[in-house]
Amino acid sequence: MAKRKTTRRAFLKGSVAIGGAALTAGTSVKASEGDPLITETQEWAQFTGDGVDATPYGMPIDFESDVVRRNVEWLTADTISSVNFTPIHALDGTITPQGCAFERNHSGAIELPKEDYRLMINGLVDRPLVFTYEDLERFPRENHVYFCECAANTGMEWAGAQLNGAQFTHGMIHNMEYTGIPLRALLNEAGLKPEGSWIFVEGADASSNGRSIPIEKALDDVFVAFKANGEALRKEHGYPVRLVVPGWEGNMWVKWLRRVEVTDQPIESREETSKYTDTLADGTSRKWTWVMDAKSVITSPSPQSPITHKSGPLVITGLAWSGHGAITRVDVTLDGGKNWFQARLAKPGERKALTRFYLDIDWNGKDMFLQSRAHDETGYVQPTKEQLRNVRGLNSIYHNNCIQTWWVKKGGEVENVEVS
Amino acid sequence: MSKSRNLFITSGLSLIIVLALAYNFADRNITQLPSEPRMVNAEYDFDLRIIAAANAANAPREGNGPLGLGRKALLEEINAWDLEIAPDGTGLPIGSGSVSYGEEIFSEQCGACHGDFAEGVDRWPELAGGEGTLADEDPLKTVGSYWPYLSTAWDYIHRSMPYGYAQSLSDDDVYAMLAYILYSNDIIDDEDFVLSNENFLDVEMPNANGFVIDDRNTTEYPFFSANPCMEDCKLSVEVTMRARVLDVTPEDDGS
Repeated sequence: MAKRKTTRRAFLKGSVAIGGAALTAGTSVKASEGDPLITETQEWAQFTGDGVDATPYGMPIDFESDVVRRNVEWLTADTISSVNFTPIHALDGTITPQGCAFERNHSGAIELPKEDYRLMINGLVDRPLVFTYEDLERFPRENHVYFCECAANTGMEWAGAQLNGAQFTHGMIHNMEYTGIPLRALLNEAGLKPEGSWIFVEGADASSNGRSIPIEKALDDVFVAFKANGEALRKEHGYPVRLVVPGWEGNMWVKWLRRVEVTDQPIESREETSKYTDTLADGTSRKWTWVMDAKSVITSPSPQSPITHKSGPLVITGLAWSGHGAITRVDVTLDGGKNWFQARLAKPGERKALTRFYLDIDWNGKDMFLQSRAHDETGYVQPTKEQLRNVRGLNSIYHNNCIQTWWVKKGGEVENVEVS
Repeated sequence: MSKSRNLFITSGLSLIIVLALAYNFADRNITQLPSEPRMVNAEYDFDLRIIAAANAANAPREGNGPLGLGRKALLEEINAWDLEIAPDGTGLPIGSGSVSYGEEIFSEQCGACHGDFAEGVDRWPELAGGEGTLADEDPLKTVGSYWPYLSTAWDYIHRSMPYGYAQSLSDDDVYAMLAYILYSNDIIDDEDFVLSNENFLDVEMPNANGFVIDDRNTTEYPFFSANPCMEDCKLSVEVTMRARVLDVTPEDDGS
């Protein structure tokens, strides 16, 4: 048996040097001499770790502290009525952990206790009703995975490549497994009157964020959620109850849901007239652009997730989604659109949920212009930025689902660019 | 006779006694369980109505819906929350406010963010100006230049403003502030103008006809669905725009 004597102090001193060496040399060290991480006894192999009472609710380990939501200070006047971005460049799979799922608030993330929660159904119903949180838990329950994308996701990129990171260009999206009840169960409980053609939904926060939704959608798949990824919603996502409007823009997913009114007309609230309307080149604007069209982005490599190894095997991965249904195919190009390859879907696409794709290549170490292109079940193919600009001009802000280009340089560094 | 056999007999007797007791208790004192619990079908509509009808006599049903969940909303509760105003004026309360009073309270309550003349401070929204700019390179969207309905502004001010102290304005204050915002936008020229529920629908919003309902299914979808080229699709690829040149990405502070 080899004699390996390590004191705790000696180890700690040594680990700094080892860490530094590992960073510069990468993981492909020539094994001319034994890797001290293997030949020397490590701290974690010798001493004990934390007890089971150390973290009653666990947070990610310190080494992952850069995988966090970030905001862009110059975007909004303050951080209360603002947005932050999911670190999609550092995540894999499709489910977004709640703790780093983007948030968009119009009057801040409020704290509303379950006991004080009330949901009112009123308007064109036989019986206007008030539900407590406990009442909601007694309805037959369902589970669904859906993506939630802000209509303004990629909105800063209309006029040109602007923000250097997938988190900032595409991070106003998350994908969770929701537990809750279909809204139609609540409407049925109140007794929908035949003249009810719209619903108006609002939150309990100071912004109220009221939105109008056609009754057909309300009775189709609109969902009242109180759990996400198995646990209670986070306050920033509408604890204790939020609305889920599958495939439609995130602004309609009213948080802290307090009221659903059945009406015979749209209310044309601030959020559906002055905002979330898409201005075209001639100065007219589209309204009621609710559906999020098919879109995809390569999450790695990307500016915040550069290639840190030499040429050879490289995993290119990204996300694709469509508000019209399931993703059926994703194409990836390495040369800015000259030639395309079909990527491998990690699982068959699920309706109105994120799909993970991979393209495993043998990188030659040279420059690449990476793009991905999503196809959905309706036959829709994700357009180029040029195609979108030709229809809409540069000022529509919302619903930018264009193909994104990442310029991978020789050293592995990546930049957000536009190409001809 | 060994001890163990004795124990065996004793325990056998005990078992019989216990079983007998259990049988008698079950039979006499415990309500018999139905063979299957009654199901509430998640795919309801009609199902729930049938169950509701069948069960009508069985349980107190506070809300009186098919499942009997929730309770009836009281009128005073509905009035407290049902505040929104529709474009046709539905929901608008009786009240009025003048441009001059509006100017006074606007500068007190709104000026810090929106400016004394509704021109906006820092990155807070401008509420006035911008008429005729919507087709420009840099359109200015304000209540005057962009908002199609006056009801939207009344509703939003009343429900969500002032920012940080929402739902603190009286109905008359809201009429007055809105009168002043209309005046700041030159939609109203008369400085003695009084906005009220009576003349509310007479105000013409300049961009009322500036909106079309989502037409992507005719303007985009047919063109964004062709079977795309997979090989030799372009001759050359040039970089036309770089994010790094612009340099507006936040510095990484997380690592």
